[in-house]
Amino acid sequence: MSLPYSKKVLEYFMHPKNVGEIEHADASATEGSPACGDMVKLYLKVNSDTHKIDDIKFQSYGCASNIATASIITEIAQNKTLEEAKKITWQQASDTLGGLPPVKVHCAVLAVDALKIAIENYEHTHGLIKEKKPTTIDVIKDRLKHVINPITGIDVMQVNFIKDIKLKDGNVGVFVILDSNHQFANNIAEEIKERLEPLWDIKDVKIIFSDTIDSKK
Amino acid sequence: MKKLREVYLDNNATTRVDERVIRYMNKFFRNDYAVASSQFSHAPGIRAKEGIDLARHIISKRINCDVEELVFTSGATESNNLAIKGLAMSNQDSKRNKIIISGVEHFSVLQSAQSLEKSGFKVETVNVNNQGFVDIESLKKLVDEKTLLVSIIAGNNEVGTVQDIKSIAEISHKVGAIFHTDAAVLFMQGQIDVQEQEIDMMSITAHKIYGPKGVGALYVKRGTKIEKIIDGGYQEFNFRSGTENVSGIAGFGKAVEIYSDEETKKIRSLRDYLYEQIKNNISEVELNGAEDFNKRIPNNLNVSFKYIEGESVVLHLDMRGIAVVTGSACFSRALQASHILLAMGFSHERAHGSIRFSLSKYNTKDDIDYTVNQLKEVVENLRNLSPIKEV
Repeated sequence: MSLPYSKKVLEYFMHPKNVGEIEHADASATEGSPACGDMVKLYLKVNSDTHKIDDIKFQSYGCASNIATASIITEIAQNKTLEEAKKITWQQASDTLGGLPPVKVHCAVLAVDALKIAIENYEHTHGLIKEKKPTTIDVIKDRLKHVINPITGIDVMQVNFIKDIKLKDGNVGVFVILDSNHQFANNIAEEIKERLEPLWDIKDVKIIFSDTIDSKK
Repeated sequence: MKKLREVYLDNNATTRVDERVIRYMNKFFRNDYAVASSQFSHAPGIRAKEGIDLARHIISKRINCDVEELVFTSGATESNNLAIKGLAMSNQDSKRNKIIISGVEHFSVLQSAQSLEKSGFKVETVNVNNQGFVDIESLKKLVDEKTLLVSIIAGNNEVGTVQDIKSIAEISHKVGAIFHTDAAVLFMQGQIDVQEQEIDMMSITAHKIYGPKGVGALYVKRGTKIEKIIDGGYQEFNFRSGTENVSGIAGFGKAVEIYSDEETKKIRSLRDYLYEQIKNNISEVELNGAEDFNKRIPNNLNVSFKYIEGESVVLHLDMRGIAVVTGSACFSRALQASHILLAMGFSHERAHGSIRFSLSKYNTKDDIDYTVNQLKEVVENLRNLSPIKEV
């Protein structure tokens, strides 16, 4: 058989490790969306003294590459400290798997991003941010790059979808160009909140839809 | 190692060539291999020409046209290019500059039409409904005296929906437009009569009906002015240059000659059985394409499995020896979800989770039972892995 995947990718695809959900996880993160065809969710259980990853599990909606990289990343990250785990790269995941076809690299990036965001989320919610940099609009924009608009499958910052972002005293307002009764309005609002709420100095996140502004005028 | 059982269910892509076709084609590789030539030539050349003539006769009879109205090509993609570009090129100075296609066309129609936009033609896309049927009312509104061509796929290669060709042809003719249809998938599986259905141009191909790859034909109604797109000698009534693919054309004729409508009936009931078994064994399955199975390509079934992604399904099934395809972005060369399913108004998720099963006369009930058993396991495993659950 001459599939474009290495033997190891196929092995992990067929028999993924660390599959499932961790109940009462200390942190979690979702990358991608079903709309873009790949989605991975990571759960972390972290030892609060050693900051070592005690348990890590994943769920995947995606292709073989997505499943295999998510699985290998859970294995690499297991028992590592958060600092060590942060340094895991997609290249490392890909190398451990014996390489990935170029068109499938984005699936590996997705899994690594999920790990990074999950660790960041943990740090924010557990007071581990060393130099507590105040959240700026740029930080928010950076985080919103991971929210995929299910209508287009492109992240919300790439397309002209976010009209404005307001930030004052830990209160964030995100103005989206979408009506509140749109099929995906709730989905997008939830994803945006999921991204911004873990930030240490953010108290409240509000999503303002096009029609809610109009009615206020 | 035990040889893996192989169940090939990708027959809307291509089929296994029938043994009788291979045997017949061999004659043209071994004995009648000369260039088909005029009746004044040498004997081998005349034998080759007779091979082509016979095929042309068989196929024209099957679609009810004259032999002079059938142009052999390298396949349906070339036929679609010839029909659309050839017609446009011979009408560059005409007042008609509008080309109407649907959103569920094959890439060869889509891109042929789009390429003409550079030469000043305007391409309009008629809506299809969520079963893939062309919206007749919007087509009526779209056609006008500026419309040169309406090109609509007869039977959809992906979701199997069969259009009401005659109605679409009539609407086209009312404004004086030419009607072309890509019948690559419907040809032989469904009834086609170019006279009765008022078709002006039609693309067909051999490899989807147990014939060889690399040969197809374009039916061009007498009087329809098209310019050739491949220049050279005067072959194929000067519509298509290049030495004729004699063995291929002969094989095409043979495949049509031996095609059995009885077998199509059997395939249809096997397909129906497959759908029943999938529904009975797997939850949360959505049917894509025509719900009325009489308006589907008889060998086609396309369904979406919720909460999971198609490439993973395809790969797991492949490891169990079952060959199917998906409309998922991961699977496509362009990393794009099936434009056909999206044109039908479906979400990306539904496209990503879609699987096409297309059967052949070589499949058995046992193949289908094996497929459903394996499929059930694969879908369950992937759903257990998925972060998305029913809401």
